[in-house]
Amino acid sequence: MDKRVGPSWLRFQPLRGSLPLLPVNAQIEREAQRERHGVTQRRMGWAIALHGGAGEIPPTLPPERRQPREAALRHCLEIGISALKADQHPLDVRELENNPNFNAGRGSVLTSNGTVEMEACIMDGNTKKCGAVSGLTTVVNAISLARLVMEKTPHIYLGFDGAEAFAREQGVETIETSHFITLENVDRLKQAKEANRVQIDYTPPFQKEVKEETDIRGGDSQIGTVGCVAVDCHGNLATATSTGGLVNKMVGRIGDTPIIGAGTYANSFCAVSATGKGESIIRATVARDVAALMEYKGLSLKDAAAYTIEECTPRGTAGLIAVSATGEVTMPFNTTGMFRACATEDGHTEVAIWPSA
Amino acid sequence: MGGWAIAVHGGAGVDPNLPPERQDQAKQLLTRCLNLGISALRSSLPAVDVVELVVRELETDPFFNSGRGSALTEKGTVEMEASIMDGCGRRCGAVSGITTVKNPVSLARLVMDKSPHSYLAFSGAQEFAKQQGVEMVDNEYFITEDNKGMLKLAKEANTIMFDYRIPAVGLETCSFAVESPLQMNGLPISVYAPETVGCVVVDGQGRCAAATSTGGLMNKMTGRIGDSPMIGAGTYACNLCGISCTGEGEAIIRGTLARDVAAVMEYKGLGLQEAVDFVIKERLDEGKAGLIAVSNNGEVAYGFNCVGMFRGCATEDGFMEVGIWE
Repeated sequence: MDKRVGPSWLRFQPLRGSLPLLPVNAQIEREAQRERHGVTQRRMGWAIALHGGAGEIPPTLPPERRQPREAALRHCLEIGISALKADQHPLDVRELENNPNFNAGRGSVLTSNGTVEMEACIMDGNTKKCGAVSGLTTVVNAISLARLVMEKTPHIYLGFDGAEAFAREQGVETIETSHFITLENVDRLKQAKEANRVQIDYTPPFQKEVKEETDIRGGDSQIGTVGCVAVDCHGNLATATSTGGLVNKMVGRIGDTPIIGAGTYANSFCAVSATGKGESIIRATVARDVAALMEYKGLSLKDAAAYTIEECTPRGTAGLIAVSATGEVTMPFNTTGMFRACATEDGHTEVAIWPSA
Repeated sequence: MGGWAIAVHGGAGVDPNLPPERQDQAKQLLTRCLNLGISALRSSLPAVDVVELVVRELETDPFFNSGRGSALTEKGTVEMEASIMDGCGRRCGAVSGITTVKNPVSLARLVMDKSPHSYLAFSGAQEFAKQQGVEMVDNEYFITEDNKGMLKLAKEANTIMFDYRIPAVGLETCSFAVESPLQMNGLPISVYAPETVGCVVVDGQGRCAAATSTGGLMNKMTGRIGDSPMIGAGTYACNLCGISCTGEGEAIIRGTLARDVAAVMEYKGLGLQEAVDFVIKERLDEGKAGLIAVSNNGEVAYGFNCVGMFRGCATEDGFMEVGIWE
């Protein structure tokens, strides 16, 4: 890149419809870098993975709670696959945000004040450009605002009033905050307050017929955080994550999602999106560590992700989806389940909740 | 090796035309803070307490860009952020959008110790501060005349083509040398306020900790969050080391600088100085930044790829150094 002076943000080209292709010499350098680290040169084509949150999803989850979410994941997967086949930008977290079954956008869990505060983050693996937002209350698609922060400001991260003001300046779709609040989540908050605790992504909505001594986490489950990672047929990686956070969280609480390196990260090796207990994910810098293990220790995507989930975060706190530059996918989790879906160019697709046999 | 070690910084990216009196002032402040940390270490205070103590001192003094003396937002207000991390157990706390809390690093500590979360921001953080009874002051307390002047110049610089001569407006603190076109984060070096102060410590028991605090980028959009409160970017500590970064926030975030120093030590087996050098050289691309670091072996190191970083370091065996330039 040239060394001319001038405001640093002018040096970047805004992302347009498709992921940017690397200039030729950068591509060669990246290949050489991967070769130095023993990563296989053979590219397996494009790949995409989505998640709808990890947590204590009980195996007894009734079909009416399970099927809409599986359908949503399948639907979003299809959108992503078509985009990848058409060589377009595949990150379709917006669709997941719009679906009230997931803890992001509409359907976000509530703060202790009964309000929503949404956050999201997007990162492009090649340029390492990123955008993040927190504390949104009226923006319909937080991930789109994160993208605008990345493309249209000299900054990476905007929060709260400043982010809302920016949204208005940019003319993104906003709606009154009650739009995001669902009855289920009002119930969950009530339940959490009664139990006087902050609940991680998975909590069932209060069901009158369920006895008090039944495990509160049994029955239905709330889905936490949504995310998408993808690599296109040129090896360009990208990740996006969006969430409403923790049920009954303190107003102003920021989780792992908008923290580059914690819940979201992409570089030339892989793209990662994590979900689970934010505080644990931040401490373990989960998303960055998957990439760091690949880069510094030469681990494969699968091994790096497995190590991070099994050794670096306590049981029951985290899950992630990741793709590598060569088109591999992995979706490990140390919770009971994780709503997830993936597809690769060679025709493999998967939609699942609990560990595969 | 072994024994305690401490490093402090007052920001990377220094105007090469900074008048000698200001340079001396900076060095005196850094020395004073180092000595504060050193006595605390000698009385066996744990690392995490020492970093908080030292950063409080840096925040209270108006010289550097944190607490009182923070850079101003585009609206002329102050929005501060800070984070702290205890290498034992990697516990962490962070705050952003602080407007009336006298010592943001102490609020970050309370988030770590007294809340179920790791990071609180804006009105939620302020509310928590009130509940915790921390010392609160008006936003005006943090605003200095120097910075009001700097903000004005920064606004002018942002609307001016890069090579346009910036008129001197009688501010004796810095001169505006268009002949040396240095920039940080899009601002001419003369109006750029080196972002953040920080402290890293390893105590006599080998425990590492790090803390960072800042007012952020001069003329930033309100709501802009930089690297200082981001665990893994501006601050990180684990059982191997403690790191605090400073410079172009966006570059530090993208390079997950603090985490990377620890990661190359952990995953590539590099020593502290090697790790610092590697990260500064390889992880910043075109960004300009610096960092200070300590290891659980009692070593201290720093590195920066820009013009100057206000820093000081000391180790138990008597080594002590305060500097600004290479």
